[in-house]
Amino acid sequence: MKQSFKQWIGVGATVMMAATVVAGCGGANNTTQETAEPGTSPAADAKPFAGKTISLVTANHPWADAIKPLLPDFEKETGIKVKVESFFEDQLTQKLTVQFTSGSATPDVFMYRPLQEGKLFFKNGWIQPLDDYSKMDADYDFNDFSKSAIGSTTVDAKLAGIPIITEQEILYYRKDLLEKAGISVPKTIDDLVAAVKKLHDPKNDIYGFVARGQRSPLVTQVSSFLYSEGADFTNGDKAAINTPEAVKAFTTYGTLLKDYGPPGVLNMSWPQAIGIFAQGKVAFYTDANSIYKNATDPSKSQVADKVGFAVFPAGKAGSKPYNITSWGLAMNSQSGSKDATWEFIKWATGKEIVLKTQQKGNPGARASVWDKPEGATGFPAEMVPVIKESAKGGVDHDRPTVISVGEARDAVGEIVQKVMTGETNIQAVADKANQALQAIMDKDKTK
Amino acid sequence: MQYSWFNRNLKWIYTLPAVCFVLIMMLFPIIYTFRISFYEWSMSATSPPVWVGLDNYIALLKDERFWHATGSTFLFTIMALALEIALGVAIALLLSREFKGKNIVKTVFLLPMVATPVAMGLVWMLIYEPTIGAANMMLKSMGLQPLLWLASPNQVIPSLVIVDVWQWTPMIALIIMAGLATIPTDPYEAADVDGASAWTKFVSITLPLLRPTIIVAAMLRLIDVLKTFDIIYATTQGGPNFASETLNLYGYVLGFQYFKLGMASSLLVLFFALVMGLTLFMIWMRKRLEGAS
Repeated sequence: MKQSFKQWIGVGATVMMAATVVAGCGGANNTTQETAEPGTSPAADAKPFAGKTISLVTANHPWADAIKPLLPDFEKETGIKVKVESFFEDQLTQKLTVQFTSGSATPDVFMYRPLQEGKLFFKNGWIQPLDDYSKMDADYDFNDFSKSAIGSTTVDAKLAGIPIITEQEILYYRKDLLEKAGISVPKTIDDLVAAVKKLHDPKNDIYGFVARGQRSPLVTQVSSFLYSEGADFTNGDKAAINTPEAVKAFTTYGTLLKDYGPPGVLNMSWPQAIGIFAQGKVAFYTDANSIYKNATDPSKSQVADKVGFAVFPAGKAGSKPYNITSWGLAMNSQSGSKDATWEFIKWATGKEIVLKTQQKGNPGARASVWDKPEGATGFPAEMVPVIKESAKGGVDHDRPTVISVGEARDAVGEIVQKVMTGETNIQAVADKANQALQAIMDKDKTK
Repeated sequence: MQYSWFNRNLKWIYTLPAVCFVLIMMLFPIIYTFRISFYEWSMSATSPPVWVGLDNYIALLKDERFWHATGSTFLFTIMALALEIALGVAIALLLSREFKGKNIVKTVFLLPMVATPVAMGLVWMLIYEPTIGAANMMLKSMGLQPLLWLASPNQVIPSLVIVDVWQWTPMIALIIMAGLATIPTDPYEAADVDGASAWTKFVSITLPLLRPTIIVAAMLRLIDVLKTFDIIYATTQGGPNFASETLNLYGYVLGFQYFKLGMASSLLVLFFALVMGLTLFMIWMRKRLEGAS
């Protein structure tokens, strides 16, 4: 009897363990929806969504840090409870992809990168178009958003998300080096090339130019060179990265890095590139304005007080930097409480909150906020006119606007990398890459 | 009555959770991957997977990038494995002697193995940084030309091999040390009587007796080196210009950056077959060698 009792314990434990495993699997589909009970809210008119819970997924991004302390206000105002989860960029995309593939109703609202995954998410039916919502409330003033920022979040003429962070490519330069050499801030790409040549002095550990050199990351930063020379990745439904203008732009960018860049630039994305700029070893650097703190924060930069900002230099077609929405808010098409979710998006992207997040250094997309003096307090005074100027003439994408963005970026990036590794027949490389991009675009049409 | 049923079937009941785990977490994904490899699927909710037969495999076999990745995988594996075995055996021989502080040395020596690979990847990236990195600083102080390391298409694989060797030689050494402990002492005594030199003893006694252990160590390491992902992804993401893109990395890119789930699955099926084939070959070789000795 005693013996069998022991066995029972063993069997019981086994069953328990198995049950836990099974239960763990089943729990994944649970959603956190609709906890509202009708009639329990006393002020049903003022707070139509009281008692509802929505879930928000954000990236680990300064915008998320700025919005989190403001959430209690929203919860008090509307009675909607907001549950927040945050992830690193790449994990965020993977988490969302997996969750949406399984048809999950959560998260209700999420941060996403419109130009990287927007088209894929939208075409897969994971994103709720927001056109009707955005026009419901006149106070929301949808037309206040910058046109190119909205262009970034628009897919197939439908509004896929609301811009929260905008970005432009600008020119970072070393004020002290330019002054010493008596060079004025380059206004054109030709000026830039000449100035880079003049300041390039590797013997004294000063390199003329740095920017992203890694295959996929460089694509967004070469895009402004492309537009300013009058080219684009695509033209209608044709790939256009082998036109003379495009080849010229790729060659300029690649040659600057090859001949006047620091060693190892082929393996640099923005953290390495701005890192070496902040070490005081480079005269010029082009990248997004949004990462400026890495160059101006004295704890990260040895040249914090010597960094100047300028509008992207002009090419044959003028100065045409990208002016894009790098992060947006979108709604899950499977969300169980879309109206409450929109209430949140409306609040988070309304004038009042955009001002507050922008003051924390998150460049928003609302013109009215930029026009207010207090809207610019989050940025260095010298940078504000550069941002305003760049936002005027900018292009609304910084990479090929296709579904398979990753694949398209690799095709484009290879051209520049070939320039950097000394390939002389760039036209042939560009022709081949153009074919690859065309194939990607043709495949998109079948979806 | 019931008790005796449990008594009789106890071994099945106790192993059930483990069997369930293997079935659900290992066998199912493999079978599912195999199935998906015949479909074209981009994880879309609106367009379901489309049956394309062998198209994915044909496209892969025609894909330059696939063959380049295969080449890189083999180059990386052969270089890393050869160095790790040679160094591992040497270090094991060294550490099998008695000396003061042996245990401390042994412990310190095993540290790279327990370090987090991605964190180590980032550290190595800094070491290899051409302008401010420690590797070039060392070369310069010895009066040598600095190298580009990870940023050069030609140097990137050897650079990654160094990281892998640094991290995984301790594992080989550990296994070899266990093997050394099992070698009987009498052959050495006999050799001493015959007046054999240290080198002769090593080549004619130690190595042959150690051979089964070396093969086991090589086999374990081979499977792992082929699958190396973490350090490459953390340092170069397959660059510059695909120069360090191995099969595993290409599979990841296809699946999670290009969202070509079908193509990624077919690559993984081919890769699975390759690893399986090599492993079976090693097992067969080991049996043959054991039979011969």
